[in-house]
Amino acid sequence: MTEEIIIAGFGGQGVLSMGKILAYSGIMQNQEVSWMPSYGPEMRGGTANVTVILSDDRISSPVLKKFDTAIILNQQSMDKFVNEVKPGGTLLYDPNGITHHPERKDINIYRIPGAALAAELGNPQTFNMIIMGGFLKVKPIVLLENVKKGLEKSLPERHHKLIPLNIEAIQKGSDSVETVHTL
Amino acid sequence: MGDVRLMKGNEVIAEAAIRCGCDGYFGYPITPQSEIMETLMIRRPQEETGMVVLQAESEVAAINMVYGGASCGKKVMTSSSSPGISLKAEGITYLAGAELPALIVNIVRGGPGLGTIQPAQSDYFQAVKGGGHGDYKLIVLAPASVQEMNDFVDLSFKLAFKYLNPAMILSDGVIGQMMEKVELSDFKPRWTAEEIKEISGSWATVGKPADRERNISTSLDLDSAKQEIFNHKLQAKYRAMEENEVRFEKIACDDAEYLFVAYGSSARICQKAVEQAREKGIKVGLLRPITLFPYPTKAIQEMLKDVKGILSVEMSAGQMVEDVRLAVNGKVPVEHFGRYGGIIPTPEEVVEALEQKILGK
Repeated sequence: MTEEIIIAGFGGQGVLSMGKILAYSGIMQNQEVSWMPSYGPEMRGGTANVTVILSDDRISSPVLKKFDTAIILNQQSMDKFVNEVKPGGTLLYDPNGITHHPERKDINIYRIPGAALAAELGNPQTFNMIIMGGFLKVKPIVLLENVKKGLEKSLPERHHKLIPLNIEAIQKGSDSVETVHTL
Repeated sequence: MGDVRLMKGNEVIAEAAIRCGCDGYFGYPITPQSEIMETLMIRRPQEETGMVVLQAESEVAAINMVYGGASCGKKVMTSSSSPGISLKAEGITYLAGAELPALIVNIVRGGPGLGTIQPAQSDYFQAVKGGGHGDYKLIVLAPASVQEMNDFVDLSFKLAFKYLNPAMILSDGVIGQMMEKVELSDFKPRWTAEEIKEISGSWATVGKPADRERNISTSLDLDSAKQEIFNHKLQAKYRAMEENEVRFEKIACDDAEYLFVAYGSSARICQKAVEQAREKGIKVGLLRPITLFPYPTKAIQEMLKDVKGILSVEMSAGQMVEDVRLAVNGKVPVEHFGRYGGIIPTPEEVVEALEQKILGK
C-alpha cells in the first residue's frame, strides 16, 4: 500500500500539523512515511501545503506532481491541485469559501463542512481533525487508535488534555462527510 | 528497534551531532538550515553531554571557531546554507591545508548571490571542486533521506578523523525541511582529554610533553620545496580516499538499458521517475552517488557495457554532469536535466527529459 496525499489550504488552518499527525499515525503502524511542506514565503501568511506519503515500502520521491488524494481547504489550492489528482483518485474539500466546485468525473469527490463544524464544536482549532475524520472515513488508511497514538506523539505533553476533543472532532468529521460523486 | 521518530532532516543533524559525541557546534542562522542550531539551542546539550553550542557573530567567525576546536583534537562542526558557505570558504581551505578534521553541513539553496531560500543543488562545484583556493578536496557526503542525515554525521566525523580532512554533508532544502521516519543513533560519550591525546596527540594542540616538538596547526609554509612535498602528501591522501571511500547505491540497474545519475533529493525524484518510466516499458535504472568526492567513477564505467545513454539529473544548470562525462569519456551519450533557482523537478518532467534527450537520440 502506498498513499500519496496533498493537503492544501491557508497558513493557520492546521494543514502542516494534520499532515504530521497523519505521518505519525503511519509510523505507529510500522509504515514508511514522508512529510514535505511548502516552506518560506508561502508559509508566512499565504497558502500552505504539505505532501504526505504513507507506504509499506521504501518511499521514492517525497516531491510529487500527481496524488492519490487531495485534501483541499481553499479556492487557490483547488485551482492548483484539482487536476493533479490521479484518475480514480480522491478529492476531499471544505466548501467554505469555494466558488468553483470541482467538476471532474474521473475521480471520487467528497465534501466536508469543516469550518462550519468547528464553529459548532466551539473550537476553530479542531478544524483540521474534523477534516482528518472526513478523510479517514473515505480512505481508512490508518486506524483510529494509531491516530490517537500519533496525536500523543506529535502534541507536546501540556496539550495532551486536548486529545479527547481532537478524537471527538475526528468522529464528527467521520460522521459528516458528504459524497459528491463516486466512480 | 531503537529510538524511532518523525523528524526534519535539519533537526536530525543536530540530534545526531549530540549523540555521536560532538564537542562543539558553531554557526550563524540562515534559511533553510536554521533548525539545526535552533534544535541544538532547545536541546541544550551543554547540560547533557557538555557539547558547546554557540551562535557566532558571523559565518567567518564560526568557521574559525571550528578551526580552533579542531586544532585541539575536538569533534567540531558548523552548518550553513549556500551564501554562508561562501563566507566560510577561506576557513574551509585553511582547515584542509592544516589537515584538520571537522564537519561542515551545507543545506543548499538556490543562487547565485543571495538567490532564494528554496532548495537547489547548485553548490556541487563549490563542494567537490574547491570553493576555497588551493589544491584541496573535501570528503563530500550527499544524504538522500532523513535517515542518512542521521547516519552521515557520525560517518563524516569518522572519515574526517581517519584522513585528517574536513568533511562536508551536502544536502538541500528538500531533505533539510522534510520529515521522515528516522531511527536515531545510540548515544556515544564525548572523548575525554586522555582519549583525545591518544587519538590525536601526534598532531593536535593538546599540550607539549617533553619528548616531542610542539604541535602547530597551520597551513603556512613559505618554503616552496616543502610546500610541494606537503601537496604530494595531500594528493596521496585524496587518492587513498578514492581507493577506499567511494559510496553509491544502484536501484533497478540489473537490466537497465538507460541510466539516471542523481544524488540527494534529485535521486529520490529519479527513483519515482524510474518507477514511472518502467511502467511505460523503458528499462531505466538509477545510480546514486553517496560520496560526491570521492566520486563513483568506476561504478559508472562498469555500467557502460549495458547502458545506451545516461541522463544526469540535478537541481542546477549542470555541474555533476561534468563528472559523469569524465567517467563515461564519450562512450555513450550523456545529457543533463535540471531545474534551478529553487524549483524542484517533478518525476514526470524527469521521465519526459529522458524520452526527449536520451531515447530520442
